[in-house]
Amino acid sequence: MSALVLLLGGDAALLALSLAAIAAARSRNGGVFIYAAACAIGSVLLVGGAYHLLGRHAPEELALPIGLPWIGAHFRLDALSAFFVIVVDLGATAASLYGIGYGRHERDPARVLPFYPAFLAGMNLVLLANDAYSFLVSWEFMSLASWALVMAHHRDSDNRRAGYVYIVMASFGAIALLLAFGLLASPAGTYVFPAEAYNFGAMRANAATPGLAGLVLALTLVGAGSKAGLAPLHVWLPLAHPAAPSHVSALMSGAMTKVAVYAFVRIAFDLLGPPAWWWSLVVLALGGITAVMGVLYALMQHDLKRLLAYHTVENIGIIFIGLGLALAFKAFDMPSAAALALTAGLLHVFNHSVFKSLLFFGAGAALTSTGERDMEHLGGLIRLMPLTAFTFLVGSVAISALPPFNGFVSEWLTFQAILLSPQLPSWGLKLLVPAVGALLALSAALAAACFVKAFGITFLGRARTEAAKRATEADRFSLAAMFAFATLCLIAGVLPGLFIDALAPVVRSLVGARMPVQMGIDWLSIVPIAESRSSYNGLLVFLFIVASASLGAAAIHRLASDAVRRAPAWDCGFPEPSPATQYTATSFAEPIRRVFGGFAFGARAEVDMPAPGDMRPARIKVVMNDLVWETIYLPVVAAVTYLSTRLNRLQFLTIRQYLSVVLAALVALLLVLAAWP
Amino acid sequence: MTDLAVNLVFQLLQMLLVVGLAPLLTGLVRKAKARLLRREGPPLLQPYRDLARLARKEAVVAEGASWLFRVAPYVVLAATWVAAALIPTFATGLLFSWSADLIAIIALLGAARFFLALAGLDVGTSFGGLGASREAMFATLAEPAMIVIVFSLALIAGSTQLSTVAAFMASSAVGLRVTLGMALIALIIVALAENGRIPVDNPATHLELTMVHEAMILEYSGRHLAVIELASMLKLLLYISLIVCVFAPWGLAIADAGVGDRLFGAVVYVVKLGVAGLMLATFETSIAKMRVFRVPDFLGAALMLGFLGALLLFVSRTLK
Repeated sequence: MSALVLLLGGDAALLALSLAAIAAARSRNGGVFIYAAACAIGSVLLVGGAYHLLGRHAPEELALPIGLPWIGAHFRLDALSAFFVIVVDLGATAASLYGIGYGRHERDPARVLPFYPAFLAGMNLVLLANDAYSFLVSWEFMSLASWALVMAHHRDSDNRRAGYVYIVMASFGAIALLLAFGLLASPAGTYVFPAEAYNFGAMRANAATPGLAGLVLALTLVGAGSKAGLAPLHVWLPLAHPAAPSHVSALMSGAMTKVAVYAFVRIAFDLLGPPAWWWSLVVLALGGITAVMGVLYALMQHDLKRLLAYHTVENIGIIFIGLGLALAFKAFDMPSAAALALTAGLLHVFNHSVFKSLLFFGAGAALTSTGERDMEHLGGLIRLMPLTAFTFLVGSVAISALPPFNGFVSEWLTFQAILLSPQLPSWGLKLLVPAVGALLALSAALAAACFVKAFGITFLGRARTEAAKRATEADRFSLAAMFAFATLCLIAGVLPGLFIDALAPVVRSLVGARMPVQMGIDWLSIVPIAESRSSYNGLLVFLFIVASASLGAAAIHRLASDAVRRAPAWDCGFPEPSPATQYTATSFAEPIRRVFGGFAFGARAEVDMPAPGDMRPARIKVVMNDLVWETIYLPVVAAVTYLSTRLNRLQFLTIRQYLSVVLAALVALLLVLAAWP
Repeated sequence: MTDLAVNLVFQLLQMLLVVGLAPLLTGLVRKAKARLLRREGPPLLQPYRDLARLARKEAVVAEGASWLFRVAPYVVLAATWVAAALIPTFATGLLFSWSADLIAIIALLGAARFFLALAGLDVGTSFGGLGASREAMFATLAEPAMIVIVFSLALIAGSTQLSTVAAFMASSAVGLRVTLGMALIALIIVALAENGRIPVDNPATHLELTMVHEAMILEYSGRHLAVIELASMLKLLLYISLIVCVFAPWGLAIADAGVGDRLFGAVVYVVKLGVAGLMLATFETSIAKMRVFRVPDFLGAALMLGFLGALLLFVSRTLK
């Protein structure tokens, strides 16, 4: 049976499930049924994608007589789609499993259940679409379903604002993509479109002129970049992702941003033809800035889910650095280097979807058991939720790019690709790439600091509120989802060769070369170019760490002492019983805010110190500005408001005035037509 | 087969050598600093005795400390030890030298720091938080500085594999280069900061508001403290070995060298460690500790130097 038919059938089943959910939401166990069914369908889709990618099957195409009359909808499954199907449906399966337990706590299931399968179907259909119409319809379907999920708890005014910003940005992005497809479909010079021109196959065959191609790339960066969270179009993301229920947050961060990356890769690497070298300049610069800005913003947050959402922005930046390098190498006809960079980017797509979903699951578990998202009100959860804490720790280590987990492998490959770039013959890239490399290193170091904070303040220390003292361990299903992903983080970290090899058909189809086969190398190392140049063996590093830690522990316990005595904390002799004396998320980040906050946020602290003898309390006020919001969005909002208040007058004209306006418009249009050459 | 066995023996020797020499190096630095201050100072072997004594004592663990607090010391030691064992000390091309390159070694040290900072936060005291927070701040500058230094070394030697870099530096192919000078200065700054030496932090202090490393491990006692102390001694040895193997690779036994060469390499290595330890002691006694918020400038200088060096290399590749 063809995998494409299986995948489309699964998507149809998800849509049907979505209708069934309207009825199921009323019954008490309806949620369990819907999530279990979504989990089952998701795993079937996952198997379908894996079957196509790992079996190295040829691309399949299918036209269905739905959608536009006489044209129909076209679908195609190739290696690139299959890879992203795996990423999305791996997340979907785990999120549905998590949802079986998590969904019980939902106050208003009728606002979540019907949209959840629809959201999954939307994401899957985007990946399979083979013409602009089906692509955009699925894309909008995905956006609207996720918007409905963001608005599930709409009584909270923050959520309403998040939903509003999201829908505006999503529409804006969709328009950009629509225009990009329009340009791609027009053969040079003609403005009459045959119906088939909107087919991806036709776009691929039809080379755009350099100027037009540049415009398409810019529109794609706006359209796909705004969905992925590329700076400065990321502003909706940290508002909308945390507002949704946690398993949906995990999907939005882990899977939906990847669908946007897919759109970018599909257009920039596949449909648009050979790249111009300066495209990579733009993509690399955006990627580097996004990575550092994302993590700096994340460091300043004390809402756990918002912190994770800002990290998604950072990781999207890292992915785009890999993609930008691949574009550069492809433009200068260095296919093996391009293969390395693209593999690094795509591997990070996979890795990020795994550990970010895991972290959102953990944050959701903490949220349901304490009712708190604010880290300043948590603390000490490791004692009450040991299993959740353990998996969250694994996710934190993985996202901080520390060995032996998976986040390190993809960043390591990106660094190896950066080290190949001095061979690029362009001065702009020669100057930009080392800077991007430094930004990547900076963002990795900041991410580690940020996750020391996220894990340390939430799970370690002493409980800061009563709610945090009453936390209980998450349910079985949620724990199963979290442990599955924690295991996957380790497997992808110690056996990266498996994943690199699986990516080979995707990479070959896009840049015409692949990385050397990794699984045949001695000791299961990964060697991107040559062993004398660089190699890394996650398995051995993991074994060495385990061995030397156990050796050290065994030796000391055996030869020296293994006695333990519990005593009050020492704290330099002045322990203070109040949990308020602990470091908080804000105080933890204070040194970093002092170092980086000045230029990133225009941050300043105002200290109000009363004179000696004055009895009023001393106060410190920290002022931080979201510079992106203030310099780009507020002026746009102001301009739109100004224009709309001016144009509002048009609503109150008399019939004669309306008629004259219509006449004037007609005359103006005729004049334009007459003057057109 | 015998080849493999011999190589395995040398790899194990390297692991034991680094962990065995680390306390001696710390003892040497302490002794030298004391002599420079006209004090008698503790005997050279005092760190060994301290460690043994600490390991024999019972561990006092704060009430409410979690399992992470008790596991973290071993993770920190293991990550540091593995990183130290992968640096060519007396010979390049040891059996497992390819299992992690320089970037991975830096990341291993990052993992050690990650767990140490978490352990500082675990008990929920203000000193622990203070140490962890400042350590995290230093790391955000020191780590990228290390990575850009790696860029320079990797571009010069054509590899991020430390064995290959060291072998290249030992060969005559490398001349005197501006970039190398920049990388050396940057690396020394990072090493000082990472090991909490003066002028960044004072390793001999307790109960001082500016302490960083000591504040993080304030709650540790007994064997846990011994393990952490050993890990920080190893880290000092690691950084010195790294500087020595890249910038002073004389006497290093290049891959496939005979047993005699390797033994000679070991002797030379011990001498080099001694010289570097004395230089560190002299430097530390001749400079004052700086305020905490001056450290970012200090580390920022390292980052900029490393970055300029890498940039020069990226650009000069076309000129050849």
